[in-house]
Amino acid sequence: MTDLEIPPLLLQTPFHSRVSAACEMNLWEDWKGYTTPVAYSNVELEYFAMRNSASIFDITPMTKYRITGADGHAYLDRLVTRNLKNLDVGRVMYTAWCNDEGKVIDDGTIFHVNDDTFILCAQERHLDWMEWSALGFDVKIEDVTEEIAALSFQGPTSCAILKIMGLTGVENLKSFDLQHYPFGQTQLMVSRTGFTADLGYELWIEPDHAEALWDALMAAGRDYNVKPVGAEALQIARVEAGFIQAGVDFVPAEQEVRVERSRSPYELGLGWLVHLKKPNFNGQQALKEEKLKGSRFRFTRLDVQGNKPAENSFIFNRQNKVVGVVTSAAWVPTAKRNVAFASLEMPWGKPGNELWAEIYYLRELKWARVLEKCTVIEEPIFDPERRHATPALDY
Amino acid sequence: MKKYDAIVIGAGHNGLTNAAYLAKAGLDVVVLEKNPYIGGATVSRELHEGWMYSNCSYVCSLLRPEISRDLNLPKFGLQVIPYVGGVTFKRDGDYFGNYDDHERQYREIARHSKRDANAYERYTADVTKQTRFIRPFLLRTPPDPTSFKPRDIQELLFLAKSFYNLGEKVLGDTLRFWTMSIGDFLDEYFETDVIKCHLAGSGIIGTALGVYSPGTAYVLLHHYMGEVDGSVGAWGFARGGMGSVSKALAGAFQSFGGEIRADAEVDRILATAGRTSGVVLANGDEIYADIVVSNLDPKRTFLDIMAEEDLPASVVKQAKNFKIRGSSGKLNIALDGLPTFNSLPPKSPLMTGDMHFIDSLERMERAYDDWKNGTWSQDPYVDMLIPTQVDPTMAPVGKHMMSVFVQYAPPKLATGKWTDKDRDAFGKTVIDQIGSYSPNFKDLILHAEVRTPQDIEDEVGLTEGNIFQGELTFDQLLFNRPFPGYAQYRGPVKGMYICGSGTHPGGGVMSAPGANAAREILMDLNHPTTVPEAYPDD
Ligand SMILES: Cc1cc2nc3c(=O)[nH]c(=O)nc-3n(C[C@H](O)[C@H](O)[C@H](O)COP(=O)(O)OP(=O)(O)OC[C@H]3O[C@@H](n4cnc5c(N)ncnc54)[C@H](O)[C@@H]3O)c2cc1C
Repeated sequence: MTDLEIPPLLLQTPFHSRVSAACEMNLWEDWKGYTTPVAYSNVELEYFAMRNSASIFDITPMTKYRITGADGHAYLDRLVTRNLKNLDVGRVMYTAWCNDEGKVIDDGTIFHVNDDTFILCAQERHLDWMEWSALGFDVKIEDVTEEIAALSFQGPTSCAILKIMGLTGVENLKSFDLQHYPFGQTQLMVSRTGFTADLGYELWIEPDHAEALWDALMAAGRDYNVKPVGAEALQIARVEAGFIQAGVDFVPAEQEVRVERSRSPYELGLGWLVHLKKPNFNGQQALKEEKLKGSRFRFTRLDVQGNKPAENSFIFNRQNKVVGVVTSAAWVPTAKRNVAFASLEMPWGKPGNELWAEIYYLRELKWARVLEKCTVIEEPIFDPERRHATPALDY
Repeated sequence: MKKYDAIVIGAGHNGLTNAAYLAKAGLDVVVLEKNPYIGGATVSRELHEGWMYSNCSYVCSLLRPEISRDLNLPKFGLQVIPYVGGVTFKRDGDYFGNYDDHERQYREIARHSKRDANAYERYTADVTKQTRFIRPFLLRTPPDPTSFKPRDIQELLFLAKSFYNLGEKVLGDTLRFWTMSIGDFLDEYFETDVIKCHLAGSGIIGTALGVYSPGTAYVLLHHYMGEVDGSVGAWGFARGGMGSVSKALAGAFQSFGGEIRADAEVDRILATAGRTSGVVLANGDEIYADIVVSNLDPKRTFLDIMAEEDLPASVVKQAKNFKIRGSSGKLNIALDGLPTFNSLPPKSPLMTGDMHFIDSLERMERAYDDWKNGTWSQDPYVDMLIPTQVDPTMAPVGKHMMSVFVQYAPPKLATGKWTDKDRDAFGKTVIDQIGSYSPNFKDLILHAEVRTPQDIEDEVGLTEGNIFQGELTFDQLLFNRPFPGYAQYRGPVKGMYICGSGTHPGGGVMSAPGANAAREILMDLNHPTTVPEAYPDD
C-alpha cells in the first residue's frame, strides 16, 4: 500500500546530516540513488588525508546482500569464481562472479560474519542472478543495503584513531579479518578492507547509530587530520591502488547490449580469482574453454610518459594500429606515476610491448594532441608495508 | 485535361511523406483525400470548442528523425516534447509507477519485488539488443528473398550480416522474440504480475491478440524502436496534437509545390493493359498521372479502389487473406480540470505518462476473451494520457484533454453492427473503469468523443479499424508485408505503388513506409533519390 507522497528522487544515507554539514563545496552526485558528495572542500587535500592521515568515505550505497541458511557456504562457493572453502568465520574474501558464458557480472567482497551468515558487498545489483543460482540450495538471500550503514575509514593513522575510539585490539586484525565491537547499544562490525591499497578499515553499523559512529570517528581523530573525502579523491586513490570498478573498467555482463563488450576474469587481470578446479561454479565451463583457447583481451596497467592523464585514450602499437582503449586514468600523487588502465586486444599488453597513448588536452580553447609512450606496469603501483603489517602501527 | 506526374491517394501521414519526397524530386504531385481534413489517423480536431483532440494516434516516437530533419518539419510547426511517468493502478488501491529516473524507478519496482527491480536491468538490455537489430531496417526497402537482382542480393546480405552480428546467442533470442508471446517473454524476467502487466500493454496495443498469443512480443518491440531526439524507446507529445505531424508534412509538401485536394474521395484506380493512367473520383472526375500511389491499407487498395479484373488473381487472394482485424477503440475527453486518483499524491510525476487500470496478465487475457466473443472488453486495458499537463495549446488554461486508447473492441459485435446504443455502452464501460480510480473524473467531463473500430473504419478508412493498417505478426512483416512479392512498394499494375502502414516497416506514425515507397518510385523513374539514409546506430 502507498502513502500519498511522491517518493524522493534521491535518498540520503544515514550519515547525511554529517556529510552535508561537512560538504563545503556542495557538490553532489547520484550514486545508486543516494545523494553523495563529489568533493567536500579540496580534492587534493582529501586525497592526501587518505594517504597521509585518515579519511572517511560513506559507502552506504554499496549493494549488500545477506546470505543465510544451511547451504550458504556451498552456495556462495558455487556462485563465485574463487575457492571459498577456506573463508572462515571472521574472514573476508575479494572475488568475482560470472554468468554462464564466463563473463564478469561484478567483483566484490564476501564477509563470513558468523556460522551461517555471509554478507556479499558489491557495486552492482545481482539479486535476480543470485536467486537463479540458488536453485537447489537451502539459502535465503536478502538485500540489506538499506539496513547497514557503512563507512570506509582509510589511511595510515586509521588504526590509531580506532584505538582511541576504544576498539581494543583492532591493531591485531589482519588484512581481510573482520571483528565485532560493542558500540553504544549496538554492534560495530569492523573489517580490515578497503579500496585504497593502504592501511584501512570498513565500518558497518545499524543506520540508527550511523551519526554517532561518524561523530566518534571525528572526535577520536581530532588531532589526526581526519577528513571526509568525496568520490573524486577516492577515484585517484583507487587508480593508484590498481583496483578496477564495475561500469567503468568493465561492462557488467548482465548489462551488456552490444556483442563482445563484457569481459571474462582473465580479460580483466582477475585470473588469480578463478579456481577452475572447484567442483562447480557459474561460468566454469566457459572459463575452462577460454583457458584452452585463449582470451580475446588483456587488461593492463600502464605507466604513461609525461604527466597528462590518458583519459579515454586509444592505445596504439608500434605499427600505429589501435590495439585498445584506456578505461581509467590518473596522475597518482603518492606513487608519482601517470597510470592508465587499458583493455587491449590480444596479444598486446605484455611487459616490454611498445605501446603509445593518444592524449588530447585542452589549454585555453586550444586542443593539443600528444602520443606518449607507455610501459606495462608489472609490480603493484602502490603497496606500502603498512597495508598488511600486523599488528598495525600508529603511522 | 491536366496530367500530373503522380497522384497520391490519401492524405494520411505516409501519403503526405511520400508526396513530399516525390515533389522534392521535382515531380508534379497531387494528394487526394476523401475527408474534408488531412492526416488520416494522424490528426488533431476541435470537436468541443476550445479543446483540441488527437482523435486517433496520440503519442509520437516512431517518426523517423531523419525525415523530420530532412523535410525540416520544425519549420512547418512540428515540435515533439518527450513525456515521462506512467502508472498502472491496482485493484487493491496500490499502483505501479514508471519513473524516468533510473534509481527512483529501481526503488519503485523494488517496492513490489527487489528481484524484479534487478531483473529489469536484464530485461532492458535484452529489449535494447532487439531494437538495435530492427532499427537499421526501418528506412530500407526489404529485400525480395526470391530475387537474384543485385540490389536484392545486397539487401539480403545486409540482413544476413545483421543477423550474424548479433552473435549466436542473441540470434536465437531474436528468433524466439519475434515469434513468442509477450506474456511468455515477461515471465522469463519478472515475478510480479502488475509489473508484467504494465509492460505487456505495448505488446497488445492495436493487436487482435492476447498477451499469451505468439507474436505479441514483437508488437512490444514495435513500440520500443522509436526515439525522441536520440533517446531510443522514449515517447513524446506532438505540440498541438498529432495533427501537427500531418500539418508539418503537408507544409513541407506544399513548399515543394505540391497540391492537396480534400473532399476528393477516389473511387477507382484506372488500369488498362497492366498499367495505370490515373484515378476516378467518387464524383466522377478523372485525374490523370502515370504514377498512382495508394496510402490506403492493402484491403482497401486492392479490393475497393481497384477492379478485381485488373489484378492477378493471386493478389486478390492475398489481399482477401490479409490480416487486418480491428481491436481498438478510443475516447477523447474534454475535462473541466485535472482529475485526481485515489492512490496517487496530487501532482504525482506519474500522471504525465500512460495510465492503465488493469493489474494482471490474467485480466488482460480475459479482456481479449471478450473480443473473441464479439464484445468490447468489460474490464478493458486502456492507455490513458492527459497531454495538457505538458502541452499548453490543446485546452483552455486550467482545463484538460484526455486521450483514452481502449483495447479491446471488435470491429463487429456478436449482435451485429455497432449501434449508437452500443457505442454509448462502450464509452460508459471505459468511463466507469476510470471513475472507479478517480473520485472527481466523471464530474469533470464536458464532452467525450467515443470511437468504435467501426467509427475509425468509416472515418479514417482503416479496414476493420485496425490501427496499423494490418497486423504486425511475423507472417506480415519485412518482405512479407503486406504479402510476399509486394513488399517493395510496387503494385501489380505498372505505375501503381503502395505507401501506407500496410507496407514495411508497418504501422504507427513513422513516415518510413511513405519515404521508402518514394525511394522505389524515384528509382523506377531513374531519378536520384531524395529520401535520406538512416542514421547509423552504433
Ligand atoms: C485510435 C488509434 C490510435 C493510434 N495511436 C497511435 C499512437 O499513439 N502513436 C502512433 O505512432 N501510432 C498510433 N496509431 C497508428 C497510426 O496512427 C497509424 O498507423 C498511422 O497514422 C497510419 O498512417 P497512414 O498514413 O499509413 O494511413 P492512414 O492514416 O490510414 O491514411 C489513409 C488516408 O487515406 C484516406 N482515404 C481512405 N480512403 C480514401 C479514398 N478512397 N480516397 C481518398 N482518400 C482516402 C483516409 O481518410 C486517410 O487520410 C493509432 C491509430 C489509431 C487508429
